[in-house]
Amino acid sequence: MSVSAGAVADRTVAGLSGQSIIREIEASQIDFVVSVPDITTSEGLLRPLAARSSPRLIRVCKEDEGVGICAGLAYTGKRALLLIQQTGMLDSINAIRGVAVEYSLPVCMMVGLLEKEVGVPPRQSKRYGVRIVEPILEAMGIAYREIEEEADVGKIRPAIDDAYAQSKPVVMLIGRRPA
Amino acid sequence: MMRRDLCLKAIARHVTDADIVLPVYSTAFDWLDIRPHPLNYLSHGAMGLASSHALGLALGRPDKRVIVLDGDGSLLMNIGTLVTAAEAAPKNFFHFVCENGSYEANGGHPIPGRGQVSFAGLARSAGYQSVHEFADLKIFEQKVGAILAEPGPVFVDLKIESSGPQERDYSRLHGPHVRQAFRDALAKG
Repeated sequence: MSVSAGAVADRTVAGLSGQSIIREIEASQIDFVVSVPDITTSEGLLRPLAARSSPRLIRVCKEDEGVGICAGLAYTGKRALLLIQQTGMLDSINAIRGVAVEYSLPVCMMVGLLEKEVGVPPRQSKRYGVRIVEPILEAMGIAYREIEEEADVGKIRPAIDDAYAQSKPVVMLIGRRPA
Repeated sequence: MMRRDLCLKAIARHVTDADIVLPVYSTAFDWLDIRPHPLNYLSHGAMGLASSHALGLALGRPDKRVIVLDGDGSLLMNIGTLVTAAEAAPKNFFHFVCENGSYEANGGHPIPGRGQVSFAGLARSAGYQSVHEFADLKIFEQKVGAILAEPGPVFVDLKIESSGPQERDYSRLHGPHVRQAFRDALAKG
């Protein structure tokens, strides 16, 4: 399905700051960001993260690799954030099931929602690939937070801290392109 | 062609109490009989991911050698891991692949490309620092100690055949007690 230029522009309007998210990632003591590029977070988040030396960026070929890497890091006491797109998360369901859920490991995922309409809750999206995300996470028993407005950025650190405190996975759904 | 258990015994002679070892599937059951140790990391959660867990461990604990004993079917399922590991380039990362050309734990069916694909070639082109290939046990026994002293990432393809029938009690790999024992051992040093 084609996306109009207006709709693309709408998803890039200010309302979520990449720098604010990065500050929260730093405050959450994330040592490694593990990523496959995601169009929602590409410019506002991944590119500035890639320009920094800390947290260290590990580029992976496929998202399920990242689940394994984050699990290995968790055993060493290092914190990691898996920065991906929901398409990659869906592709990695079995790894998330086996590693993060069944082994109860703190795999923290920041997931850009490709083609989500700004201001529309994910489960009310016209896009099938967006609408199914939260029900799937609920079926898997995985906690998630919606991050779409600047006011939502404050959810990031508690979500990551809780994941590590309880040794459970968490997903932060990024609903618009951070500026 | 080398018997897998004999290859593993050769590796085990050079593994220290400080090393982390991640064996997969049929290799894991052989390895557990040869070298039971709390720093065996056995719970990989999904086929193919052992090398990714290993990369996370190697990045998080650069003071320790991390040795993954992969399978050829497992590696094919996560082939991008070669590129990722080569780029991340941890010096303490040792990636062995037991190549028997089959999904031994899932009925012995052949892998795609059996006898055609060069795992060493794939690792070399992915950018591994050092790549080796062995089909002769005596030569492997002579070389393995030195290989484990090389700076990583190191890749070793072992042309193997099965060690014979196994009792596969998967709770030895996936039980929560296994992960807790590993966690406790790693925390101690």
